[in-house]
Amino acid sequence: MHVTSPVRPPLVTGAKTYADVTEDICRHVEAKPTKEWWVAFIISVVVLIYGTACVFWTWWEGLGVWGLNKTVGWAWDITNFVWWVGIGHAGTLISAILLLFRQKWRTSINRAAEAMTIFAVLCAASFILMHMGRPWMAYWALPLPNAFGSLWVNFNSPLVWDVFAISTYFSVSLVFWYIGLIPDLATIRDRARNKVSRFIYGSLAMGWNGSAKTWARYEYISLILAGLATPLVLSVHTIVSMDFATSVIPGWHTTIFPPYFVAGAIFSGFAMVQNLMLITRVVYKLEDYITLEHIESMNKVITLTGSIVGVAYLTEFFIAWYSGVEYESYAFINRATGPYWWAYATMMTCNVVSPQLFWSRAIRRSVTWTFFISVIVNIGMWFERFVIIVTSLHRDYLPSSWAMFSPTMFDIGDYIFSFGFFFTLFLLFSKFLPVVNMAEVKAVLRSSSETLPKKVAGVAKGERMTSPTYNKDVQ
Amino acid sequence: MASVHAIPSVEEEFIFTSGAKTKLLIGGGIGLAMVLIGAFLLANGSGHEAAEAAHGAAAGAAEHGEEAAHAGNWMTRIWANIWVNAVYFTGISVIGMFFISYNYLAEAGWSAVFKRIPEAMPAFLPVTFVIMLVTFFLGGHDLFHWTHEELFDPGNKLYDPIIAGKQSFLNTPFFLIRMVIYFASWYLLWRILRNLSLEEDRIGGTTNYYKSIRYGTAFLVVFAITSSTSAWDFVMSIDTHWFSTMFGWYTLASWHVSGLAVITLTVVTLREMGYLRAVNNSHLRDLGKFVFAFSIFWTYVWFAQFLLIYYANLPEEAIYYRSRFSGYGGIYQAPFFINLFLNFFFPFLVLMTRDSKMTHSILKVACWSVLIGHYFDFYTNIMPGSVGANGGFGPVEFGFILIFVCAFIWSVSSQLTKANLIPRNHPMLEESLHHDIA
Repeated sequence: MHVTSPVRPPLVTGAKTYADVTEDICRHVEAKPTKEWWVAFIISVVVLIYGTACVFWTWWEGLGVWGLNKTVGWAWDITNFVWWVGIGHAGTLISAILLLFRQKWRTSINRAAEAMTIFAVLCAASFILMHMGRPWMAYWALPLPNAFGSLWVNFNSPLVWDVFAISTYFSVSLVFWYIGLIPDLATIRDRARNKVSRFIYGSLAMGWNGSAKTWARYEYISLILAGLATPLVLSVHTIVSMDFATSVIPGWHTTIFPPYFVAGAIFSGFAMVQNLMLITRVVYKLEDYITLEHIESMNKVITLTGSIVGVAYLTEFFIAWYSGVEYESYAFINRATGPYWWAYATMMTCNVVSPQLFWSRAIRRSVTWTFFISVIVNIGMWFERFVIIVTSLHRDYLPSSWAMFSPTMFDIGDYIFSFGFFFTLFLLFSKFLPVVNMAEVKAVLRSSSETLPKKVAGVAKGERMTSPTYNKDVQ
Repeated sequence: MASVHAIPSVEEEFIFTSGAKTKLLIGGGIGLAMVLIGAFLLANGSGHEAAEAAHGAAAGAAEHGEEAAHAGNWMTRIWANIWVNAVYFTGISVIGMFFISYNYLAEAGWSAVFKRIPEAMPAFLPVTFVIMLVTFFLGGHDLFHWTHEELFDPGNKLYDPIIAGKQSFLNTPFFLIRMVIYFASWYLLWRILRNLSLEEDRIGGTTNYYKSIRYGTAFLVVFAITSSTSAWDFVMSIDTHWFSTMFGWYTLASWHVSGLAVITLTVVTLREMGYLRAVNNSHLRDLGKFVFAFSIFWTYVWFAQFLLIYYANLPEEAIYYRSRFSGYGGIYQAPFFINLFLNFFFPFLVLMTRDSKMTHSILKVACWSVLIGHYFDFYTNIMPGSVGANGGFGPVEFGFILIFVCAFIWSVSSQLTKANLIPRNHPMLEESLHHDIA
């Protein structure tokens, strides 16, 4: 027997029955796309087309179209890559780590967050491909037996570790997301009104029959995948941080990087989840499932991880002075007061100061503030990577090679590409797949509803009552 | 698994028996005797060891030639031993507070039933505070290279520009102020939380629960900063030249998993004594998971710090591992590997399976492994920079461990007698009593 303490706030409001949950979530998958959806989708596709043209030109013409120079050899490309990978972390944190910690509030947001993870990782990967210049040779990053003589991957390089870390992470996230989708796909299959969608959702549901045995397996595999995904999510940004920290560049080589990058990744990922969920919540009228409690909990995670990042910034700054290493001290003073002081100031304000506003209960329960601060946080996290990469590089050991970086329209266009790509995929997801995990929300309905209806199973409503799509007696 | 009828009473009084007290006194007495015998042996054989020290010191191990001879003093080893244990037990004690604080902040339910155990741990803080203060006053020069005035005097031949650059942080008054702030803030916040918890036992209601969340959060904010700075002060500054941004979180990870091991071990021991019948297999498994997960986390932090320093191979950083691995005639190599074995490989393999985490004997073995392992963790971090080639493992080390363990058990036991063993009015208690993760 499970007991829920009366001090716990409810997670589902509006006295929902199981039938209501199915109805509220499936409605959007089954209905025709709304006008708002079309508007958003068309904008995303237009952005994607523009971005694709820029990426095409980058590949056609070569990386010379970017603003890189011989001193600043990494700038927007790697900034964007790290930024997107970081954003991806929140999905895994919600689906895996919060599952291990048995946090019931994850059930309403895990589906969309995991989808976001997958799309964000794809965006990140696109920058790796762009940065390769010759993407058709991308498989050279894998240790494949070949006839090219001595060509072999350099296992000493953290960039190679990245290839393994991110591809493993992507695969596990995808499997995790898909397994979680199966019971819901079966629900949609069973409700489908035409043969095409019954066939498509039916094939995707892989013959799920909802028996006790399949549910037991579902829970088993979820735990196993959560166990696998938890170390993976730490390892991915750890290895991303090692792309910098294994070097001897002042401002990059600092031992705190691995956990600090992981915290920063979760920080920006949660901010992105907030942005996506707040919009989805309003457009799809999911206020009963994504309540202020959910928003508040996520804001608490944002404050926690933002503060961890803040402590790391202060630690870096302090140790740079404490070490007595001239180059290290200079790198940090140059960050704060050099020509890129504005980037540093943006980073500090957005990442360290702004999440502290969430100490106010009124602000962390305000939808407007949450949306605003989440945008700010992601701006800050982009600048963090920009500051780390560009300010450390632009002051070389040789003052004669000191340089500045200025982005070209292709730096910007390729970044825009990733937005088009991300939002196109997310909008397709939100139209064709259930944005909330119905099965898992139903699992917490009894323990976490504000008020339980008289009969929690509920009955189908309206048209579905008079003409049911699925007749058990026939089969 | 546990039906309503199967839940035992929540009314439990812990009795600190005179038999247990006698055992602890005898244990402490044996420890003291070992320290005295060990000190006597060291004092008589020290001349011989000091000569070896001068040879054994690796490049950069002793920062100044003159210091090497000075380090031969057997008292240094006594001070260093006290310091290792005091830092270690300070950490374990404060982790009790850390654990309840983050459980309050996270609105955790499962841990309510054994909450009195972490709650009893920080009572030991004043003891370690006094010990550390006295040790710093009497043995500070032996432990902390930066306490020597001549390093900061440009005219002196011992002048060290790097250490002089750290003077505004590493100076005795500021160090003492910081130390007072750490212990005062940790202890006072614990007192507040403890009183709220005891009041909740008496009057019930949720007022104290909500207040506890606030004070718990306040502690976490304080600890976010002080855990790192105290690690720099108590441990990192011993190797005065060396620095690592990870070090604060590294020490926190070390303290944290040790504290979790102590909580688990105490819960298991109390159950074996017939107490805490309301703690079921699900609680044990979750405690086991915590020890398992955070021993991996410690390893992660250890490895990240090690790998980055090894890979970049900058002399001012790499010397830290060099001196531990092959410096001083290699005497720290064994603790270096014991550290990794006991803190990672052993608990990782032993706690891997589901059933092992609810088996008393396996939990005990794993927790002892972690606790002994983290003693060696602090040993390898503190000893090379303080006693250098005169380090070792003999009666003095065993004796001090015994004294501190007995004192800590005494402190926790006497705290446990002061309140009902199960917080009877905790709003999450009902959830915790029915905790079932089968």
